[in-house]
Amino acid sequence: MLSKTGAPAKDTRFAARHIGPDDNDIRKMLATIGVPSVETLIGQTIPESIRFKGALNLPAPVSEQDALLELKTRLESNVVARSKIGQGYYGCHVPPVIQRNLFENPAWYTAYTPYQPEISQGRLEMLFNFQTLVSELTGLPIANASLLDEATAVAEAAGIAWRHHRMKRQKIAVANRLHPQSRTVLETRMAPHGVEIVDGAISEDMAAVIISWPDTLGCFDDVGEFIKQARDMDVVVIVATDPLALTLLDPPGHWGADIVIGSAQRFGVPMGFGGPHAAYIAVTEKLTRLMPGRLVGESVDTAGRPAYRLALQTREQHIRRDKATSNICTAQALLANIAAAFAIWHGPDGLQTIARHAVSMAGRFAESVTAAGYALYGATFFDTVTVHAPGKAQALCDAAEEHGYLLRFVDADHVSVAFDETSSDRDLDALCQVFGCTTIESSKSRLPNALRSQPWLTQPIFHAIRSETDMMRYLRKLADKDLALDRAMIPLGSCTMKLNAAAEMMPVSWEKVANIHPFAPDRHVEGYRAMVDDLDRWLSEITGFAKVSLQPNAGSQGEFAGLLAISKYHQSRGEDHRDICLIPSSAHGTNPASASMAGMRIVVVKCTDDGDIDLDDLKSKADQFSDNLAALMITYPSTHGVFEESVRDICDIVHAHGGQVYFDGANLNAMTGLARPCDIGADVCHMNLHKTFCIPHGGGGPGIGPIGVAEHLVPFLPGDPLNSESGAVAATRYGSASILPISWMYIRMMGAEGLKSAAETAILSANYIAKRLDDGYKVLYRGKRGRVAHECIVDTRPFKDSAGVSVEDVAKRLIDYGFHAPTMSWPVAGTLMIEPTESEPLAELDRFCDAMLSIRGEIGKIEGQEWSREDNPLVNAPHTAQGALVSEWTHDYDRQLAVAPAGADQFAFKYWPPVSRVDNVYGDRNLVCTCPPLEQLAS
Amino acid sequence: MSKVYYTEDHEWIRLEGDEAVVGITDYAQEQLGDIVFVELPESGSKVAKEDPFIVVESVKAASDVYAPVSGEILAVNEALSGEPAVINSGAEGDGWLVRMRIDDASQLENLMDADAYKASVA
Repeated sequence: MLSKTGAPAKDTRFAARHIGPDDNDIRKMLATIGVPSVETLIGQTIPESIRFKGALNLPAPVSEQDALLELKTRLESNVVARSKIGQGYYGCHVPPVIQRNLFENPAWYTAYTPYQPEISQGRLEMLFNFQTLVSELTGLPIANASLLDEATAVAEAAGIAWRHHRMKRQKIAVANRLHPQSRTVLETRMAPHGVEIVDGAISEDMAAVIISWPDTLGCFDDVGEFIKQARDMDVVVIVATDPLALTLLDPPGHWGADIVIGSAQRFGVPMGFGGPHAAYIAVTEKLTRLMPGRLVGESVDTAGRPAYRLALQTREQHIRRDKATSNICTAQALLANIAAAFAIWHGPDGLQTIARHAVSMAGRFAESVTAAGYALYGATFFDTVTVHAPGKAQALCDAAEEHGYLLRFVDADHVSVAFDETSSDRDLDALCQVFGCTTIESSKSRLPNALRSQPWLTQPIFHAIRSETDMMRYLRKLADKDLALDRAMIPLGSCTMKLNAAAEMMPVSWEKVANIHPFAPDRHVEGYRAMVDDLDRWLSEITGFAKVSLQPNAGSQGEFAGLLAISKYHQSRGEDHRDICLIPSSAHGTNPASASMAGMRIVVVKCTDDGDIDLDDLKSKADQFSDNLAALMITYPSTHGVFEESVRDICDIVHAHGGQVYFDGANLNAMTGLARPCDIGADVCHMNLHKTFCIPHGGGGPGIGPIGVAEHLVPFLPGDPLNSESGAVAATRYGSASILPISWMYIRMMGAEGLKSAAETAILSANYIAKRLDDGYKVLYRGKRGRVAHECIVDTRPFKDSAGVSVEDVAKRLIDYGFHAPTMSWPVAGTLMIEPTESEPLAELDRFCDAMLSIRGEIGKIEGQEWSREDNPLVNAPHTAQGALVSEWTHDYDRQLAVAPAGADQFAFKYWPPVSRVDNVYGDRNLVCTCPPLEQLAS
Repeated sequence: MSKVYYTEDHEWIRLEGDEAVVGITDYAQEQLGDIVFVELPESGSKVAKEDPFIVVESVKAASDVYAPVSGEILAVNEALSGEPAVINSGAEGDGWLVRMRIDDASQLENLMDADAYKASVA
């Protein structure tokens, strides 16, 4: 264990601050549990047969300052050029008020996905604003709360169309030039379903046609005929667009689009060498139920107040499993919120002003080069001008680079130049000089005729805020409604809500991280590549694998990429028929959803009553499907929070039948430095950098889900999305590259000993909680020697009979005590799964245990009939200030007990939920997912 | 009184000549809780016995409904699209799901009668 006191060596101070309990605390915790040492506890928790006995070969840890300096030096060789590449990524100004009060504000970035709506109203409101913005831009009624990137959004849209046609139409047409990275990901995603992507004409056997408007070279094709044909043949029309262009143009929803997708990056989010950014998707009403991802809806609380919540969750992987609309769970909530704030800050007029600036720049550039004799590709465009320069494209790109500009090399004869919010007259002059022409001052619009003619974005929120004071306070007001890690422990099992240290976050805003185009030439991104190489090496060492791909931009993406690697491996050995994926019944819902996306057939393996994989059932299934066995997906330690003793046997059985073992690394935080997936027998494992390696959850994303693979699978890792055959799963090579520094910093500052200590303390804290809660609850699922791993499951099912109290009542009552609820009803219905992580100090663990035990006492009062089953502080939780202070008090318990059940001290730091229990049924029966426009409010 | 049959998957099917009405049982609606949406098949479509052909959703669960017999869908209960709660209030009455023509009445033979079903969920 690391010391916080005494004479700390400089290199261990970060680890000691990252880890909550100090040496004294640890002694107390060990005494409570009744074990003499941490090593004894770990010995009782992790099977001896899988223990990693060595020391991880990682660089010795350094202090925050030294790590920052080292990373800065690493990234020094990145070149920040003026990018005119476009192709889905554009320069933009991040409004400082948003950067400081939202992007860099832990109240926003340390929050979890808003599953518990009563403590998430702030970010739910902002996501609702985002959905409203997308709906207004696209002209379609239903928009979700973001997807992972534009390329996966194209694939998700194709998936909607395919499912809409009940998986019977096996072709999708690409009408015109789609961004190449989107095309690659579309191929990767549809191939496992046997869906063929074809260019050009539409026919009746097609599920969808994808129209780029504008196309990747910036040109607007006349798509009227395509739309008409698609209508006649019942082919779903998918339009890929640019949101800034849509501020001026007639929304595609008005002229025939069924689905509209794109990237909201240029709404206030830096390019960041590829991500993270929020992609958007909007659909017609008839496609609502096929929409993937999170959808925020408006409902009411028990007092009839409007309240937001996640709607229609039955579409999603955590409920629908292999029949879900997609495997997506983590999306890009933080970035969607920035985009919404950007639109609020500028308002519709301001957005149009930005758009017109780009139009004017592009128009003037077009005039200038045509005057000099160049021909243009296409007659109408928004911000991107593609110049026909026979044989000169490379020379022009080279010349531009000498002036500090990056252009898009299309082919030997064409070069594209994309303008944006940040483009200036100086840029224009410099570029004209490169092209050997004189800058022409005026230009006529080259936009297509289809311009926006109706008022739009009339919702009050997009007009209310113009001063920085108002904006700062709006962001604070929303943040104050939410419970994030900056206020209290978030004990969500399976989510690893650990500290996201400030030193880890700082590099994300550095210019050499933020302002780099994903398709910048390699010589401009040597710093990034060095950092990626470090992470590849370190994560490989931590997991024991040969190589790590950092491309998957969510854990679910990692699963998909890993399963594809397994499929390709089998194919390479002439065993294409291997398509059975064994999945334990206790698996996270993404596992079956990902296997289904990878085209595998799912066979469920039973679990025993104590939560372990049923070895006999596994053997019989592996035997039965031996000829076709592709993979087993296993979570370790298990979703029940136990290190299963038989894990090696499980891997051996699967290998003996020719299958590969996929490790779901969601729970890797319990293993760093203590055991390694590859050593245990895994062939692939994804890691959630947003769990184990400190990337904050952002209120529902971003996340990163890299995969590590054993040597034999290295050739099958996802490749460069600009190469159409690469099997890329995300739009850019390194996915959400700009947040990789967070994990780099964490590993660099923790070192081998710090990481091991983190895992040990996570296990210690979970066992401490399990021990303390033993007094009031039954703790389910323990290992052979009575220990839980890094999380524990508490049974609340008996209270349904004894007191009429549900798991939800307990979860909501925790809000009154100032806590975010643990994971509810997963993996076992009616239970709570608690994961403290290593970062929570002992005092906070105790505050949580005290709250849980106090709630148990309250349940006792209902059992003893002191309170009725219908009126007690649990069924009425959470209690709002309004309910306690303003309304007439009619309950059988007093107001202070309602709102400060932990005692009067609670008032000094009281979290007040803005709404009471939100009505889920009302919200799903009356779906509202955008703000009403002004006209509707007035009527 | 027309005869009603039950499946292990909690569907009921009521014979009316060579046509039949299909729904989920009262026990099933109670297990699901408040129903918020029903995805019904198209009239005129053919289904095979045990095909998942309808999805019933509550806030927390989505449940497939399997065709108790093979046949053609003649009509769907349109009222459910606006008022899915009817299934909660009358699963075995107004909350019926589809009317279908039965291909082969012998497929009914393996299903349970009311008493047997009642015993199976007791």
